[in-house]
Amino acid sequence: MSAYSVTEPSRLSKSVAALLVVGYAVITLLPLLWILSTGFKSGPDSISYPPKVLFEPSLEGYVNLFTTRTRIGAEQFAALPPPETWYDKIVRQSGTVIAGPSRFGERFMNSVIIGFGSTFLSIFLGTLAAYAFSRFRVPLKDDLLFFILSTRMMPPIAVAIPIYLMYRELGLSDTHLGMILLYTAVNISLAVWLLKGFIDEIPREYEEAALIDGYTRFQAFRKVVLPQAATGIASTAIFCLIFAWNEYAFAVLLTSGNAQTAPPFIPTIIGVGGQDWPAVAAGATLFLLPVMIFTILLRKHLLRGITFGAVRK
Amino acid sequence: MAEIVIRNLRKEFGAFTAVEGSSFTIRDGEFFMLLGPSGCGKTTTLRMIAGLELPSGGEILIDGEDVSQLPASRRDIAMVFQMFALYPHMNVRRNISYPLVSQGVARAEVQAKVAEVARILGITDILDKPVGGLSGGDRQRVALARAIVRRPKAFMMDEPLGALDAEFREHMAEELRALHDRMGATTVYVTHDQLEAMQMGDKIVVMNHGVVEQFGTPQDIYDHPATLFVADFIGSPSMNFLRFQGALAAGDSAVRLGEVSIATPEVQVATGPRDLVLGVRPEHVTLSDAAPYRGRILASEYLGTSQIITLDCPHGTVKARVPSGQGVRSGETVGLSFRSGTLSLFDAATGRALRTAANAAVHHG
Repeated sequence: MSAYSVTEPSRLSKSVAALLVVGYAVITLLPLLWILSTGFKSGPDSISYPPKVLFEPSLEGYVNLFTTRTRIGAEQFAALPPPETWYDKIVRQSGTVIAGPSRFGERFMNSVIIGFGSTFLSIFLGTLAAYAFSRFRVPLKDDLLFFILSTRMMPPIAVAIPIYLMYRELGLSDTHLGMILLYTAVNISLAVWLLKGFIDEIPREYEEAALIDGYTRFQAFRKVVLPQAATGIASTAIFCLIFAWNEYAFAVLLTSGNAQTAPPFIPTIIGVGGQDWPAVAAGATLFLLPVMIFTILLRKHLLRGITFGAVRK
Repeated sequence: MAEIVIRNLRKEFGAFTAVEGSSFTIRDGEFFMLLGPSGCGKTTTLRMIAGLELPSGGEILIDGEDVSQLPASRRDIAMVFQMFALYPHMNVRRNISYPLVSQGVARAEVQAKVAEVARILGITDILDKPVGGLSGGDRQRVALARAIVRRPKAFMMDEPLGALDAEFREHMAEELRALHDRMGATTVYVTHDQLEAMQMGDKIVVMNHGVVEQFGTPQDIYDHPATLFVADFIGSPSMNFLRFQGALAAGDSAVRLGEVSIATPEVQVATGPRDLVLGVRPEHVTLSDAAPYRGRILASEYLGTSQIITLDCPHGTVKARVPSGQGVRSGETVGLSFRSGTLSLFDAATGRALRTAANAAVHHG
């Protein structure tokens, strides 16, 4: 029998923990896997019952996602010259021809501009505000901090109608700037509070040493505080980006022709010529990628961010 | 190199007064100690000299120029922090060169200067290491190197040995003092450790509740405390206080404790009847059966070469430092005699020392 230890978990509890983690991973990853595989199925395979786990991969979904297609008469179809490209060939198999590019690329770029734009703005303003709250004697500091936090206490969609009316008056409806400002406004409370926590943990002595070494307050902030707040900034940026990237309700309400983001666009794909599940799945897969890449790039910081302050250095 | 003059310096944080009308002068090249318990205003004073806090009133003159409202970066002062405050995202070399880079010193000159201070402090071999893995002593040396590399007018040190373990402190204290003697730079050093202050300082300012209690050399402060607070704060065990009532005339050279007359330094200013305190250092008490002032032995602590005897006397508890060979028994009643030239007299109500022949020359804060 092994001795009881406070710090080292027993073998049994370790395997139970591992089992739980694996189980959780399977539950969360299965839908993702489903989306990924559906994107590579052909139309009939995607709706076959029972579902096919093994299937012949096809790029039909991706081609349909990026194109609009049209059906033409049989003799016209027969008179066409042989397909010039691989995607022409895929489209011809279903008896249609490419009419032009779809708007997915545009919508995706809108998501990128609005998502990263608002994340950058939230972090930029949030870091400066958090630094000020952390270091200076701000009048009514506690009230201001509570006010900032209170903007997060209601669901943002509760103010949808006033915002809709305001945006219409201001000409911000369906503009990139309008959506960036809106998502920044929602995210800034999170950014200020998270970043203030991180900056509070950075000893003041570092900046004071820099001030005495001949730097201005702003130089000390940029060269000494920012590098040490990198962990906090990275994890806050991920939270902000995930919100802005996934946001659906405001996007449906406020955007249509010009600044529409991918979330309201992807479901509309299904309406174009029947139930095109592979195209929807392809769109969802591509939509997942940027946040995934961003999170993986910053994962080292994120992990440190989660445990930050838990252990006294 | 600089002389620093502090005049009526004051700092308030809202309703709280951290420093109240301090005045003292730090001469060029002095190793100057700001000593006091935590919260006494010594660190605030240091931070005001360095430029990290702006004073609410008063003047700070460095070499005759009033710098009290200048930002830290324009005062040409270096500071060593208690937690060292080495930039964690830089290696040792970049930490040390940082103050030079801010002044736009040429790269080759930076390298030469860094190499030189590294040699002085014996840290040449760790120059390219990250600061994270360094020992406490090495961090301390890097922090010192960063401070001296710029050859500033003066150094501020905020309890620089506070984060080191006891054994290493001693060694580092000697190293610091030796470094100061070699460079001859004015140094202002904050500590709450009276032994450190006595050991290293040329001059000491003792502060309490934001007020300068006394300003002088370590010996002046030890031998002739200006207030009851200083008498109690300096020395271990601290000064014994025998409380009595009486009146003194100028020229008196004895006080009456009950029936016993005790010789003191000659009193220079008459005082009417009031509560007084006779201050006696433990090492100035001798135990002799013949002495008329009696006390009962409560306890003894053995300290190797000496022992501390605690006695219950009619005017308070007295600790005496006597040679460890002297045999004593608890409960025994013995006579105490005091070395008269070293005694201090205080007014119990104001806490201030009375002027006598012994302390007449001492500067009172």
